[in-house]
Amino acid sequence: MNARRIAALVRKEFAQILRDPSSLAIAFIMPLVLLFLFGFAVTLDAKHVRIAIVVPNATAATDSLVGSFQDNAYFKPVVLRQRQPAETALRRGEILAYVALHEQFEARLLRPSQPPLQVVVDGSDANTGRLIFGYVEQVWSQWLELRALQGERPGSGGLSVESRVWFNPEVRSENFLVPGLMAVIMTLTGALLTSLLVAREYDRGTIETLFVSPATRGEILLGKILPTFLLGLGGLAISVAMAVTLFEVPLRGSLFIVFGAGALFLLATLGMGLLISTTTKNQFVAGQLAIMTTFLPAFLLSGFIFNIASMPEWVQALTYLVAARYLVEIFKTVFLVGDVWSIVLPNAAALALMAVGFLMLSRWRTRKRLE
Amino acid sequence: MWRRVWALILKELLAVLNDRKSRIVIVGVPLMQLLIFPYASTFEVTAIRMAVFNEDTGTASHDLIAAFASASSFQVTGHVASEEAVRETVEAGRADIILRIGESFSADLARGRMAPVQVIVDGRNSNTALITLNYVRSITRDFSLPPASVNLEMPPVERSLYNPNLLSLWFILPGLVGILVLVVTLSVTAFSVAREKEVGTFEQLLVTPLHKHEIAIGKTVPGLIVGFVESLVFIAVTVWFYGVPMAGSLALLLAGVVVFILSVVGVGLAISTLAQTQQQALFGGFFFIVPSVVLSGFATPIFNMPEWIQTLTYLNPLRYFIVISRGVFLKDLPADAVAAQIWPMAVIALATLLAAALLVRRRLY
Repeated sequence: MNARRIAALVRKEFAQILRDPSSLAIAFIMPLVLLFLFGFAVTLDAKHVRIAIVVPNATAATDSLVGSFQDNAYFKPVVLRQRQPAETALRRGEILAYVALHEQFEARLLRPSQPPLQVVVDGSDANTGRLIFGYVEQVWSQWLELRALQGERPGSGGLSVESRVWFNPEVRSENFLVPGLMAVIMTLTGALLTSLLVAREYDRGTIETLFVSPATRGEILLGKILPTFLLGLGGLAISVAMAVTLFEVPLRGSLFIVFGAGALFLLATLGMGLLISTTTKNQFVAGQLAIMTTFLPAFLLSGFIFNIASMPEWVQALTYLVAARYLVEIFKTVFLVGDVWSIVLPNAAALALMAVGFLMLSRWRTRKRLE
Repeated sequence: MWRRVWALILKELLAVLNDRKSRIVIVGVPLMQLLIFPYASTFEVTAIRMAVFNEDTGTASHDLIAAFASASSFQVTGHVASEEAVRETVEAGRADIILRIGESFSADLARGRMAPVQVIVDGRNSNTALITLNYVRSITRDFSLPPASVNLEMPPVERSLYNPNLLSLWFILPGLVGILVLVVTLSVTAFSVAREKEVGTFEQLLVTPLHKHEIAIGKTVPGLIVGFVESLVFIAVTVWFYGVPMAGSLALLLAGVVVFILSVVGVGLAISTLAQTQQQALFGGFFFIVPSVVLSGFATPIFNMPEWIQTLTYLNPLRYFIVISRGVFLKDLPADAVAAQIWPMAVIALATLLAAALLVRRRLY
């Protein structure tokens, strides 16, 4: 290793990255776009769901129930007289569900054993459908309680459940999504940008120039890694700053762990990106592979949005191969809970192992000769 | 003219498919994703690990614990005996939920008073926390109803049309078909001009006898062919491997596929003519794909987004295609409703293809 040669290579790589505005866009603008999208556009619960309420016979009781649906933030209901138009609207996707009250709603309320109302959801959005069932049940039981309080029905003893959500008492989805999103963001510079670095030299033929220079393959790779490593850390710093200030995500653990774990993760994804680059020697293939083996898994298989424990066993087994999984786990805990070492240490160790493995592999795959 | 265009189309297809690695990337990898990702992308919550902190000695508390243990989504994984242990268990993520039953639980229930129960949920995943609380609500409600009063609180009859068991797979797959078609088509077309520019062969193409509009057609058709053939494969896998029903007409779906692909080809070519290098083409495509997927209604519904973002989604071709795809697969969406989704995509296709053609021309002179 020769410090002057490395410095020269780093300067060359930096110049090459900075010359192409798309590198800076992917390192700094894409993180902002992602943070904005997930901070503002994505909410996992449903509000103002368009539904229809079918009321064949309006009475005082049905009016009061319709009122309960209208006063609720969950629903934006329209009232219909018949089922048929509701069915049509559901098929055309104009409403997502309808609640049909029975013709003898009032009588059935008092004479039990036959349900007074029916909920029909559009199951083609299974997730929203499931939420709607829950919301309707909630509105219904609150309405029943209200009637009980008004003395129309005797109340009875039962469970009173006090529920607490720890670490995220208001159940804000930003608190859940933003820390995990940082792992996704770091795969952009870590893997996507890096995957092109060596492949580009092959595409353009400049790899030969590098090979005839006195630089060793370790020095060449180090020169490639250092600039993207710094860009990646820069991206992380921006994300952390935005998370804390704009999205008001608490940082209860230490910044040191955030950047330490972030650096380990960057080394692992950089190693993966380099390995892709030196193996494929073709920018098109390298770029596509980087998206499919690092970015998408970071998105889908890391626990960032989708809960790993709910996946089938064999998919859960696959997630252990995804570096982002370990970082997402660390970040969620460090941001929302604090420095819980029993979570930080094993995950950091896994990241370190992956970093060493991928970097060694990519060094081994780089030969200073042409085939 | 057609012989010349045909030659160009063949050349484009060969440029993409003749290399083994790029064949794998274009054909193999999307198929692999179609076989893995649907299983991963589920919002269902199963296997909730529950630890119990029971200070009550009566039998009622055991009944309550049994009610949770027998619910399919819960598993009771352990018992804790102190507040300190509760804190540790939740912080270290060894349980997703703690059920705490107070000393007087059985006694209160027996006297017909309200019996307090405390539930502590790990909020690190806000989505599973909310769903877990919903489950808790329905289990405790059923538990607190004495048999005699069941009839009084008849819950609503719940029915789900088009997807009777609310299977996540049925919801995810029609959308995923759209995303994969988008990614494949955009990758092929975004690189097609940029690669020639970076390698220097675009000038050779320009000095051939091909007219500019012939070049434009020659660059459009391969993306259309690759995208269309792959979409047929994706649809076949969705129907035969996953058993998603095809309730509506395949012809309507394919009409939607063709217009959707044309709009994506338009975007891809516009990116490609703007890009000077393959890196710019890749990142340009990426800058289009990521917001398109997030703002398509694929995973989270559009009506939940802020108004101004909802307006933005009208520019997104994937938004329209997902409505068609889900509608035709699951709901037998009528032809006029499909047409209402097709024409905006046609407008986008026309605008972007025109833009691409104009951009190529400007770069020539």
